Amino acid sequence: MIKDNLRDDIPNFKTGDTLSINVNVREGKKVRQQLFKGTVIARKGSGIAETITIRKMSDGIGVERIFPLHSPVIASIKVDRVNKVRRAKLYYLRGLSGKAARLAEKK
Amino acid sequence: MYGLIGKKVKMSQIFNDQGHVVPVTLVEAGPCVVSQIKTIDSDGYNSIQLAFGKKSKRNTNKPTIGHLKKADIESAKVLAEFESLDTFEYKLGQKFDSSIFHVGEIVDVRAKSKGKGFAGVIKRHNFATQDATHGNKHTQRAPGSIGQASWPSRVFKGMKMAGRKGSGNVTAQNLEIVDIDKENNLLYVKGAIPGPNNTPVFILKK
Repeated sequence: MIKDNLRDDIPNFKTGDTLSINVNVREGKKVRQQLFKGTVIARKGSGIAETITIRKMSDGIGVERIFPLHSPVIASIKVDRVNKVRRAKLYYLRGLSGKAARLAEKK
Repeated sequence: MYGLIGKKVKMSQIFNDQGHVVPVTLVEAGPCVVSQIKTIDSDGYNSIQLAFGKKSKRNTNKPTIGHLKKADIESAKVLAEFESLDTFEYKLGQKFDSSIFHVGEIVDVRAKSKGKGFAGVIKRHNFATQDATHGNKHTQRAPGSIGQASWPSRVFKGMKMAGRKGSGNVTAQNLEIVDIDKENNLLYVKGAIPGPNNTPVFILKK
């Protein structure tokens, strides 16, 4: 049921924040946890259909992953850093690299 | 029981065991009350009539009120017949709700689709559009030829043309019941079903 599917362990976070997400990865019968750490560049939808787009740089290559926020695939979410941003969608980060792609931390 | 009258509530999604998203439509299944039992002896065929929902007395005509009184029902939004071979099993005033279904069952859902108004042949009959370039002008969504010349010098009946689309009965077949919320009498039916939210639907057992 939809109420049962909703998670209640989602921390308060906004676009621009850096998150650590532990993802359940199923390998045969075993379930392993994999860390995906990056910046939230978009938060879309509402209720059970809410999703977040996380962008990280992996060996100089930009990697983006879209998570349904209430998905059971997510084992845990932790907010690492709260950044100062002036936009709801940070798609402009895709065109930037290195120092230009940094975000200022919110004090 | 061969089916129920219900109400399309809304669409949503749930996660299954693998963590995959499953699109579902929430359907309020009943409660429906048996308002009339038709048999071969009395009507020439076997069926049961179900009443669903409430309607204000002001909007119900007196013959309907009198008809419903026989089964001790105050008012009904929808009355519909379900063909039934075992009419003897039912009693007037008998109630049915989501408990006649079970999780994993395959059902058909019939409802009146959304009206699309006067629609062209592209939308209404899935015609292909004409070229956007190569000298084509103003006829991208036109139907093209609708027949021959001096013979038969008329357009055949049933030629697909523009006109009213939608607002007709559509049956979505073979939908799985993914979950049942007994408390709120809701069925979680996999996939989409025709019509807008709050529309009456017929949930048909296979």
